[in-house]
Amino acid sequence: MLSAAASQEPHPVVIRTAGLCAGYGDHPVLEKVSLQVRKGDFVGILGPNGSGKTTLVRALSGVIPVRGGRAEIQGDSVSVLKPKELARRVAVVSQDGEVRFPFPCIEVVRMGRYPHQRSWQMENAEDEEVVQAAMQATDTSELAQRAITDVSGGERQRVMMARALAQSTPILLLDEATSAMDVHRKLQVFTLLERKNLEEGLTVVAVLHDVNLAAFFCRRLVFLKEGEVACQGATDEVLTPETLQSVYRTEAIVQEIPGTGRVQVAFLPA
Amino acid sequence: MEKGLAYGAALVILILGAAFLTSGIGPFHISYETLARLWLSPFESSLARGIDDSVRYIALHVRLARVLLAVIVGAGLALAGGVYQGVLLNPLADPFTLGVSTGAAFGASIAILLGWGGLTWMGFSLLPGAAFAGALGALYGVYLLGRMDGRLQSTTLVLAGIIVSTFLSAWISLLKSLNEESVSTIVFWIMGSFSGRTWSHAGLVLPYLIIGGGVILFHARELDLLSLGDIQAQQMGVDVGRVRFRLLLAASLITGAAVAVSGVIGFVGLVVPHLVRLSVGPMHRRLLPLVMLTGGLLVLVADTLARSILPQGEELPVGVVTAILGGPFFCFLLLHRKSHIRL
Repeated sequence: MLSAAASQEPHPVVIRTAGLCAGYGDHPVLEKVSLQVRKGDFVGILGPNGSGKTTLVRALSGVIPVRGGRAEIQGDSVSVLKPKELARRVAVVSQDGEVRFPFPCIEVVRMGRYPHQRSWQMENAEDEEVVQAAMQATDTSELAQRAITDVSGGERQRVMMARALAQSTPILLLDEATSAMDVHRKLQVFTLLERKNLEEGLTVVAVLHDVNLAAFFCRRLVFLKEGEVACQGATDEVLTPETLQSVYRTEAIVQEIPGTGRVQVAFLPA
Repeated sequence: MEKGLAYGAALVILILGAAFLTSGIGPFHISYETLARLWLSPFESSLARGIDDSVRYIALHVRLARVLLAVIVGAGLALAGGVYQGVLLNPLADPFTLGVSTGAAFGASIAILLGWGGLTWMGFSLLPGAAFAGALGALYGVYLLGRMDGRLQSTTLVLAGIIVSTFLSAWISLLKSLNEESVSTIVFWIMGSFSGRTWSHAGLVLPYLIIGGGVILFHARELDLLSLGDIQAQQMGVDVGRVRFRLLLAASLITGAAVAVSGVIGFVGLVVPHLVRLSVGPMHRRLLPLVMLTGGLLVLVADTLARSILPQGEELPVGVVTAILGGPFFCFLLLHRKSHIRL
């Protein structure tokens, strides 16, 4: 995929945290998290419930303040970037996308164009093109006129994915973004992301509960445990029974899927 | 957008027609021919010739002022309701259910009690300012009460609003009674009325509607994104803290000014945004202008009923009419449009 010249020089770091601390109220969640994501990476963030995965996504997207250390996107601190500028660099798809008002799905996708528009500017032809392309890619075109309040959970997540793609950012953060989708849709979405990752250099950071989905698609993994990085590195190096045992406190078998060069995990009940 | 424009044009015509028709209604009979001549006299002064001065005064200075005020107040309350619903993600929010209106009435009552009611500053009456302070105080109190369990639940928020509203209503009654004011002034503040309102009242509230409405319409797109939730709006590039603060401030400013001249009129801000959303959808750039027009029309009709429905020429508080019309309609929405209203 990469030319020889490009592969010799490492890609620039687009997400960098150093000693990042963040939390809610008097409840610190993340403690001294340091990690780097390079342009074109496909990174999975794994960890048990309450390990700080969602908090990390929120801190990186400017939703909650950085309390200590640094969080940088493309070299600029998240705390100083204007919300619109940050939203031109990072798009987020969250698990919880409940909507209260009956917006047609296409209007939800159009909202993704907001960071590229001035106040009161209407969608122009380019916006509309991006919106249509995003809906086609996520197979949501036929939902365009349906109310977002009337579609199923999995369909809503696909619309939210289309909205994030319409945001046209170089970095995509996913927080359990496919949790309500069936297997077919899940793989369809991740295959799409993999293609965009390889062909367009889209940087993908995905918070996942599904270890096997991460094992299949992510080239690098970051394991969080109790708000700290327990382990990070290339998937085939860090996805070991020892890591899984220490992070999830569960015995696991890691085995290769014949003919794919990728691995899958089976957890064994105690 | 074409659909929105068509609705808008239809509403403007309806408001003009209703203003004309309702100006003829009242204990003092004015024929529609006389009314038409008076209305057109600014363009052609000869038309007003031969019309008695008292007729002219009643038509232009009593009834038309009241009509205009009803439209302004209705537009403002409905707009504020649309904003509260969008910002707080709460289909039940409106100036009344959030306790903001009653807070404004309380603020105005205190100002009047202290003898500040007639004070002006640079030509502006201070009464809307006091009402605005009351509105903000009530909104802040309701907000704190509503998020006591850590999350801003829509039902908890409305429950807090009703509690604050009832509590402040009682205080208004108590203060007015202690001050030996008549029951009718208490009813005015708690149930709302346009009785005896003049051009000066319309002039008092209009600047606030223009300023507040301007801020709100400027942020109409952000309101769309905010209705997906704070976190998502922030991740799509909205400066949530700042925009939400401005919108709540603007909606409360409009509510304060409206309440300062007409007391607490319920249900308008609750029902109108839902009604308009049913016909043109939830996109705020289209929704909000139509919400204002519909609110104006609704309150104009409600006020006409309030001042003409009793046989002896006595007036009902206009809040009674809006509640009688709005209550059943809202029940209908809840029962038949479950997908439209999510709590």
